[in-house]
Amino acid sequence: MQIVVCIKQVPDTAEVKIDRKTNTLIREGVPSIINPFDLHAVEEALLLRERCGGAVTALSMGPPQVEAALREALSLGVDQAVLLSDRAFAGADTLATSYTLAAGIRKIGAFDLILCGKQAIDGDTAQVGPEIAEWLDVPHLTYVSGIDEMILAEPARITVSRLVEGGYEQVRSSLPSLLTVVRELNEPRLPSFRASLRARTQAITVWGAADLDVDPERLGIDGSPTGVSRVFVPEYDRQGQIFAGGPEDQARALVDLLRSTRLI
Amino acid sequence: MNYFLTAEQELIQQIARRFARERVAPVAAELDEKGEFPRKLLDVLAKTDLCGVYLPEEYGGLGGGMFGFCLVVEEISRVCSGVAICYAASGLGAIPILLFGTGEQKRQYLPEVAAGKKLGAFALTEANAGSDSFAQETTAVRDGGHYILNGTKQWITNGREADIYTVVAVTNKAKGARGISAFIVEKGTPGFSFGKKENKMGIRASSTTELIFNNCRVPEGNLLAREGMGLIVALKTLDQSRPGVGAQAVGIAQGALDLALKFARQRVQFGQPIIQFQAIQHMLADMATQTEAARALVYSAARMIDAGAKEISKSSAMAKVFASDVAMRVTTDAVQIMGGAGYMKEYPAEKMMRDAKITQIYEGTNQIQRNVIASELIKERD
Ligand SMILES: Cc1cc2nc3c(=O)[nH]c(=O)nc-3n(C[C@H](O)[C@H](O)[C@H](O)COP(=O)(O)OP(=O)(O)OC[C@H]3O[C@@H](n4cnc5c(N)ncnc54)[C@H](O)[C@@H]3O)c2cc1C
Ligand SMILES: Cc1cc2nc3c(=O)[nH]c(=O)nc-3n(C[C@H](O)[C@H](O)[C@H](O)COP(=O)(O)OP(=O)(O)OC[C@H]3O[C@@H](n4cnc5c(N)ncnc54)[C@H](O)[C@@H]3O)c2cc1C
Repeated sequence: MQIVVCIKQVPDTAEVKIDRKTNTLIREGVPSIINPFDLHAVEEALLLRERCGGAVTALSMGPPQVEAALREALSLGVDQAVLLSDRAFAGADTLATSYTLAAGIRKIGAFDLILCGKQAIDGDTAQVGPEIAEWLDVPHLTYVSGIDEMILAEPARITVSRLVEGGYEQVRSSLPSLLTVVRELNEPRLPSFRASLRARTQAITVWGAADLDVDPERLGIDGSPTGVSRVFVPEYDRQGQIFAGGPEDQARALVDLLRSTRLI
Repeated sequence: MNYFLTAEQELIQQIARRFARERVAPVAAELDEKGEFPRKLLDVLAKTDLCGVYLPEEYGGLGGGMFGFCLVVEEISRVCSGVAICYAASGLGAIPILLFGTGEQKRQYLPEVAAGKKLGAFALTEANAGSDSFAQETTAVRDGGHYILNGTKQWITNGREADIYTVVAVTNKAKGARGISAFIVEKGTPGFSFGKKENKMGIRASSTTELIFNNCRVPEGNLLAREGMGLIVALKTLDQSRPGVGAQAVGIAQGALDLALKFARQRVQFGQPIIQFQAIQHMLADMATQTEAARALVYSAARMIDAGAKEISKSSAMAKVFASDVAMRVTTDAVQIMGGAGYMKEYPAEKMMRDAKITQIYEGTNQIQRNVIASELIKERD
């Protein structure tokens, strides 16, 4: 089976500092790592390859130094690595990022499965995975904590457990599809000796905007409708209110309250 | 100190270091406290290719020799020698197969050990055969195409957890030391079971158990070398593996030194960091010097073995005896430098001190090592 894993290079800290003037992340001086959730995606891809055969491609969009993250993925054992890098991609929000990544995946070729992390520890939006799936018009399953069944023969399908609040949800989808994964899925491996040696000399494919079938207007900062007006930690100062009495009393109290606050 | 490692050796060291720091360090104290076998960690280690670092490439290994093995053991021991010994004891179980196995035995057992899919163990010691390994009481009686094993092995590292056991037993009592043989026994063979798991002072993440043989039928194809070669198999295996115990000791000493140094920089008494006191400085200087000397000796012994040297008993014993005595001294001094904090479980210094002690005892006590070194010296004189 053909698997594409999207990996993002992120700063190695849970507390990313924010430039208060520009409201963007300050990345200088912070060592970079592969987004931790993406390591679980890589691990699952490698486990699936061990079980079903095929090949795993690691894909990332970012500046040239992201090559280090892709080389690390190669040393974990992925078969090939593709970097989407171009000045035109800079300043992308999640929409432009997912648009570009989807174009990269189309160029890589036929795939059975795309794996993403649940979210990136710096951007934290958890939007890129589902957005890629929409661009490619394939189903997506988020918060995957276990792959319960995988059938490659037609009709190809996959059954997964999703981590939801208070439990698990088992869902099935056709293939190809896209999964975003959580930590509970597996125990990521470390680089292996043999793959590390190979990774030192292996070429990483780099594609710019000209290599992709894309609309330039949708790339980078120009293709990013998101405007950041302020970054802040939300405050939870709302108070809940519990009504007593029988159903009718409670309903009356609620209606009174809604009326008095002019909500109805 | 520069040991002029090759690019491959540096990579081995780097991967082992990452394994130790990223995966072992966060759970070491808990494994020690609970005496829990680190199965998940060994599964992660298996995928790094390091389980077969010392095995030849034709058996799925990396061909990195005992030197490569020592680099891995040292790096893991720097963080937790309890985890390191699970790895090292598997090697101890595989080395006799590598040294004395037939082509078929090697092809059957070594690739799985190299891939980390199976663990090895080595069983020589019995209740009445400790340092005196000739005093074996476990018997192996030939019966058609099988040997029937009876007896109990004691204090076997990786007991119950390992899949492949090299077991020493008496095949002909009348022949004394020449009547002892070695066998490969697989877990699950009828008549082979495990006794109680020992509750130990240190290396508590490792499993130490009895192996019980009760009319256990082992196919004759599992005999290692020839009948009567058992003690040679055991002694040659230990000659090869002893630098590994030395590497374990070097790792423990280095871990303790790192910790003491960091603590001494931070701890303030009498208005200054305690590292400003010359008494502390001299202790640290001695600890660092001794650790480096032990490392140099261990690396030299391992390189001699890998170069195919014939006479390795003395060097191998020297590496083990010196490094283990250093580990005991350095860990004790690390606790001393850290004062009361060193004695508390909040810091790993006390664990390192407990872990260090075993390196002076197993794979031949340090008294026995000195006997070996002395007898080689005496031989050399004429
Ligand atoms: C309001 C806002 C402001 C931003 N400002 C900046 C900025 O100034 N500078 C800047 O550099 N970034 C900025 N970003 C971040 C950038 O838009 C995101 O990094 C990118 O779009 C991915 O979004 P995310 O980090 O939330 O990823 P998520 O959607 O949380 O990531 C989910 C998964 O998608 C995949 N993925 C995400 N990004 C990539 C990628 N690049 N390559 C491969 N796979 C990927 C991974 O598998 C990841 O686990 C900003 C984001 C937002 C929302
Ligand atoms: C945690 C642990 C793990 C072990 N793992 C294994 C394993 O995987 N496989 C295995 O086969 N064994 C294993 N052993 C056994 C170990 O190798 C023996 O404990 C060791 O060889 C010493 O034997 P003994 O404990 O019976 O001590 P004894 O032989 O009873 O010695 C007691 C004391 O007498 C001294 N002494 C004995 N004879 C002499 C002499 N001739 N000259 C001077 N002093 C002497 C010893 O040095 C020691 O100080 C393990 C032991 C431990 C504690």
